[in-house]
Amino acid sequence: MQGKLNLNWEKVAKARKSAKNIAIDAQNFIELHTTVSVERTICRLLGIDGIDEFEVPLPNVVVDHITDKGNISLGVAQYIGNAMVETGKSPQEIADAISKKEIDLTKFDWHDAFEIKLAIDKIALENVEKIKVNRGKREAFLDTHGDKSGPYLYVIVATGNIYEDVTQAVAAAKQGADVIAVIRTTGQSLLDFVPYGATTEGFGGTMATQENFRIMREALDKVGEDEKRYIRLCNYCSGLCMPEIAAMGAFERLDVMLNDALYGILFRDINMKRTMVDQYFSRIINGFAGVIINTGEDNYLTTADAVEEAHTVLASQFINEQFALFAGLPEEQMGLGHAFEIDPNVENGFLLELSQAQMAREIFPKAPLKYMPPTKFMTGNIFKGHVQDTLFNMVTIMTGQKLHLLGMMTEAIHTPLMSDRALSIENARYIFNNMKDLGDEITYKKDGIITNRAAEVLDKATDLIETIEGEGIFTTLEKGIFAGIKRPADGGKGLAGVFKKEEAYFNPFIKLMHGGMN
Amino acid sequence: MSGGLYSTESKEFDKTLNLTKLKPYGDTMNDGKVQVSLTLPVEANERGAEAAKQLAKQMGLNNPAVSHYEALDKEFSFYVVYGTLVHHVNYEEIHVETVDVETMDMHGVEEFIVDNIKRDVVIVGASTGTDAHTVGIDAVMNMKGYAGHYGLERYKGVEAYNLGSQVANEEFIKKAIELKADALLVSQTVTQKDVHVQNLTHLVELMEAEGIRDKMILIAGGARITHELAKELGYDAGFGPGKYADDVATFVVEEMVKRGDF
Repeated sequence: MQGKLNLNWEKVAKARKSAKNIAIDAQNFIELHTTVSVERTICRLLGIDGIDEFEVPLPNVVVDHITDKGNISLGVAQYIGNAMVETGKSPQEIADAISKKEIDLTKFDWHDAFEIKLAIDKIALENVEKIKVNRGKREAFLDTHGDKSGPYLYVIVATGNIYEDVTQAVAAAKQGADVIAVIRTTGQSLLDFVPYGATTEGFGGTMATQENFRIMREALDKVGEDEKRYIRLCNYCSGLCMPEIAAMGAFERLDVMLNDALYGILFRDINMKRTMVDQYFSRIINGFAGVIINTGEDNYLTTADAVEEAHTVLASQFINEQFALFAGLPEEQMGLGHAFEIDPNVENGFLLELSQAQMAREIFPKAPLKYMPPTKFMTGNIFKGHVQDTLFNMVTIMTGQKLHLLGMMTEAIHTPLMSDRALSIENARYIFNNMKDLGDEITYKKDGIITNRAAEVLDKATDLIETIEGEGIFTTLEKGIFAGIKRPADGGKGLAGVFKKEEAYFNPFIKLMHGGMN
Repeated sequence: MSGGLYSTESKEFDKTLNLTKLKPYGDTMNDGKVQVSLTLPVEANERGAEAAKQLAKQMGLNNPAVSHYEALDKEFSFYVVYGTLVHHVNYEEIHVETVDVETMDMHGVEEFIVDNIKRDVVIVGASTGTDAHTVGIDAVMNMKGYAGHYGLERYKGVEAYNLGSQVANEEFIKKAIELKADALLVSQTVTQKDVHVQNLTHLVELMEAEGIRDKMILIAGGARITHELAKELGYDAGFGPGKYADDVATFVVEEMVKRGDF
């Protein structure tokens, strides 16, 4: 797309450079640390699954066992590899034996480091191969039926019951939805384990479990075959189990994952050190599995003002981009987020929205941008709400947003009814078809409201990123620069699960998965 | 009425407004016009449309007309129905519990605190239980406020603490005691299967168990909260759509003075 905003590209380059330095600074911390969730993820990627008699997931059992009796700073791969050499058992068998208290991994003599790595690498490679095969299946389906060129219609299901979710999702897919996001049950992001099995109860959403992922994947594949369209499945890996859920998603061929570097810190009060380390590994996994990540900048605007704080969204997009690049996640998989959240009473508010969306499109040309609908100023007047959503749909089609999260006219009333979703899809399809090439036809006036607004937001974002570069991301978060929320470096949930790595630590999956498949 | 002919339909209903027999208004007094939309878990066809009509009749809609129907899936169909309502209500006998205060603006509240309470008022708010939405509590508490009404954080003489979303009731109470709260604001925005009612009741029970229920002013707010519902659940007040920080603040400071307990 040709530039319409006359953006100052030197500023853009400068902002990128600052963002990169911010990421380098954080990366220095990340490289030296691991977390309980990273270790549990390694367990899962080694094939450990299932629960014990108290329904505690075996990855937790193994990591707790090592934390209690051994030294988790060496990493689970050392202990499991050693046990594999010692006993000849598979990681799953070892985990079962630990849960039955039949073996103690910390009592074995250490075998040769080379032998340990050899044992681990073999099984690691096998499981990585499974993920590769999954990625291949997605690509094969897309090769056969083609992929959609315009915006993906992204809808949520949130019944709490995975089987009910399937009914809703299948109906939505038939109506034209391209991405089905299964909203998680409230509070799951704060659980330090991932529940197990198919679930039928949840509040405001459905548990993210590997079995639930599988059930929905199967249903969407089926309706996708019928409709001759690949229906993408989205879930959420933000929270205390970020990399674990990414791994589960990779095994079950999810296509989109919410995976922000800062969201959990700001909005769920998860410790920033924990989040930084977790986001890195989860993004490596998502990158490798071909999963599009979604970032959560849109959330800033639900708490902060969308006109005044627009530059924080852009600044955060720059930072999220650099963090993702460090994890080897290609730009084509970066669903950088933003939102249509300006007060509808603002004069020319639509122009400001258009400006912001067009700017994101031009600055991140390859990214499948995630665009969120109005929520903050949805009032319960469904008729007006439907019009607000229409304006939002117009911005998407005019500026080439990709992951278009459909607005519901019943936002702020209830989780969507089947008919709410259908009317919303109908609205979007009407606008997208009827205004398809409008964006290509128009240019924006030099020094007009739209171009000036973009310049102003870019200026402010560049200044902010420079400030953050000076302070470091940790101090920035402590000062409450994003979304007006302050978080102490040693506060929040999950800090106890962060460990410094020892010299002998290794995570076999970093080198196998980093940088995607190329 | 096509072809320019005059209408022969009798319009026998009384077109004068009678508040003891209040009916919906479409474009003529007492015409009783109502619109309904609904989904049925059956195929979209004439039979489904007839089912929608019959349901409308049972709701009390005379002459129901299905103006639109379409398939949502093979076995789900959506209907838009219009009809004329046979029911009426006696408006004169209706009594609604409303928060009975004359709302002061921010400066009014600030002066009121200086003149009458003479210390900072501590207000702690949260979106509690399973609710992840902070829109409501942010609108009332955040500095910026909502729709031109500043939030409580901006009020001089108010110490406002916004604990955010998904705060467990237990944690909320702990924090309230710790901060010596004068008033608690509980927001419930999006709820599923009426879980907000259970959650609101649970909070009251916990406060009673802790012996702090009568020591703090307890207020509920949210899209589906009315003052009447809040009172019924054991709250001091409830604020629904269209109520802002100044409404809440006025109620809190006047209630404090009324109770004389500060």
